[in-house]
Amino acid sequence: MWRYLFARLAWALPIVATIVVISFLIIRIVPGDPLQALVGDFPAPPDYIAQVRHQFGLDASIPRQLWLYAGNVAHGNLGFSFANRQPVLELVLARARLTLLLMVPALTAAAMLGIVMAVAAAQRAGSAIDAGITALSLFGYSVPIFWLGQLMVMLFAVRLGWLPAAGMISLRTSPSGWAAVGSVLWHMVLPAFSITIYYVAVVARIARASVLAVLSEDFILTALAKGLSHREVVWRHVLPNAIIPVVTVIGYNFAYSLTGAILVETVFAWPGLGNLFIASITNRDYPVLQGILLVSAFMVVLVNLATDLLYGFLDPRIRRGYAVRHA
Amino acid sequence: MRSFAGRFARQRAGVAAALFVALLVGICIVGPLIGLAEADRMSNDVLIAPSGGHPLGTDDLGRDVLVDLLLGVQVSLFVGFAAAVAASVLGTVIGAASGHYGGLADLAVMRLAEIFQVIPSFILAAVLVALSGPGLMRVVAVIALLAWPQVARVMRGEVLRIKNLEYVDAVRCLGFRESYILFAEVIPNAIAPVLAVGTMIVGQAILLEASLAFFGLSSVDIVSWGRMLNSGQRFLFNAWWLSFFPGVAIFSTVLAFNLLGDAIGATLDPKGSR
Repeated sequence: MWRYLFARLAWALPIVATIVVISFLIIRIVPGDPLQALVGDFPAPPDYIAQVRHQFGLDASIPRQLWLYAGNVAHGNLGFSFANRQPVLELVLARARLTLLLMVPALTAAAMLGIVMAVAAAQRAGSAIDAGITALSLFGYSVPIFWLGQLMVMLFAVRLGWLPAAGMISLRTSPSGWAAVGSVLWHMVLPAFSITIYYVAVVARIARASVLAVLSEDFILTALAKGLSHREVVWRHVLPNAIIPVVTVIGYNFAYSLTGAILVETVFAWPGLGNLFIASITNRDYPVLQGILLVSAFMVVLVNLATDLLYGFLDPRIRRGYAVRHA
Repeated sequence: MRSFAGRFARQRAGVAAALFVALLVGICIVGPLIGLAEADRMSNDVLIAPSGGHPLGTDDLGRDVLVDLLLGVQVSLFVGFAAAVAASVLGTVIGAASGHYGGLADLAVMRLAEIFQVIPSFILAAVLVALSGPGLMRVVAVIALLAWPQVARVMRGEVLRIKNLEYVDAVRCLGFRESYILFAEVIPNAIAPVLAVGTMIVGQAILLEASLAFFGLSSVDIVSWGRMLNSGQRFLFNAWWLSFFPGVAIFSTVLAFNLLGDAIGATLDPKGSR
């Protein structure tokens, strides 16, 4: 297990390093003053500008600048957002939490829905559910997710008036207590549902392939031969084995679902990373944009790493090196 | 063995998708001839629901949504094709060299490709475009930069498979240089799967461009479907047609390229599923 752990860490470190280098290069490649990219267009006091110039060594050589930049990132110093009067890291982490609040239930629902669909489809190959899964995955890979969100708003909020169209909490609700929790949940339904639909497309196809693969294993035949009913075989032998690839696919596709969530939340004015991103584009608050890039990339690496470990934990063949990881 | 066209014709979804793409290309060609851009004028007929005079309605500046939609085809197809071609060329060269020569360079390239797959590409693209300013060529360059690893992976795998086949050994025995063998014998036989991946990248690129435009990262004076959805967002409560139709356009176009890519892949690989 330890060797596996170290191997996965050794995989993650160069990626983190490359991300920091890419983020540094973006500042340098972009036409214009790198100082502007580091401070943003919002009026900043001259003292701060001088401090940034010194801190990032903007008069020094490029390698030295990269070194200073990496050092700053390592210390969590991603700059200060004058538009929001808050350190960038603090701001981005707070918003990332709200994006995750949307993503976690949505992905959990998508995973369960996808697995249920896959099991149902596996009962009869070539059935309507089978065709449905194929159609759904084509839909998910082709639909602009923000448009899906807009359709939800037009149908469920405007036309039917069932659910709120925007925001995270009703202004008339007190900001704390159970009423607030209820209001947040109520506002969450539409954006989370949009992400779920989008993501079921990915999950269901993998889950279907995975269920079919497990069904063709010898131990399933054994289980059937010893007289277990079809239902028992599915619940006890197929599901536990079929879930592993589904969990890993969700983990390895975290970047994809994060992008989806960021796009969806802007439709619903959910105050997560996506809205912060758009506001920062408008304010030309460049350090925040970079902060979002760095934080989301680190989140993706962390989730990938966690997925690796979970995979190794769930499937002993992986951690003992009997099988190669297939993403 | 039947011809490529003969086998492709049996993929019904693929044929329908190809026809749809042909229609879009036709719109791009005919549009300028009938003065589509000149017809895209502001008027006093603001926010009119779909009706006889304006089959898809008008927007908040009185422009006809149908005309805008047809103009948007140009941007989407240009970005899609340009990005896919650039990514395919880049990916083919890098992937082929990586697979053919192997060694440290191969390792480095594949690790780099892996990193590109981990980084949230939309956010990276959005940051790059936000800092360097919108502009179609920049968007194309950014998308190509993010998409080449997909091609490189496929190309590398094909080259690894082909370079040890007997016919390549035969050419080698004739005394040709390795670089000649790679370009004249190996790559042409590995290009088929790249075509399938490249077609799907067209769809991804169109989707990514639309997402960037939806974020406001596109020039104001170019009509694009993503930008239409961006302005439609403000009118979700009173003008559904502003968001509905551009979304349908993006969805059906991306779907067409995905189906086309699937069909090309299935045609070229007779062992494949379906």
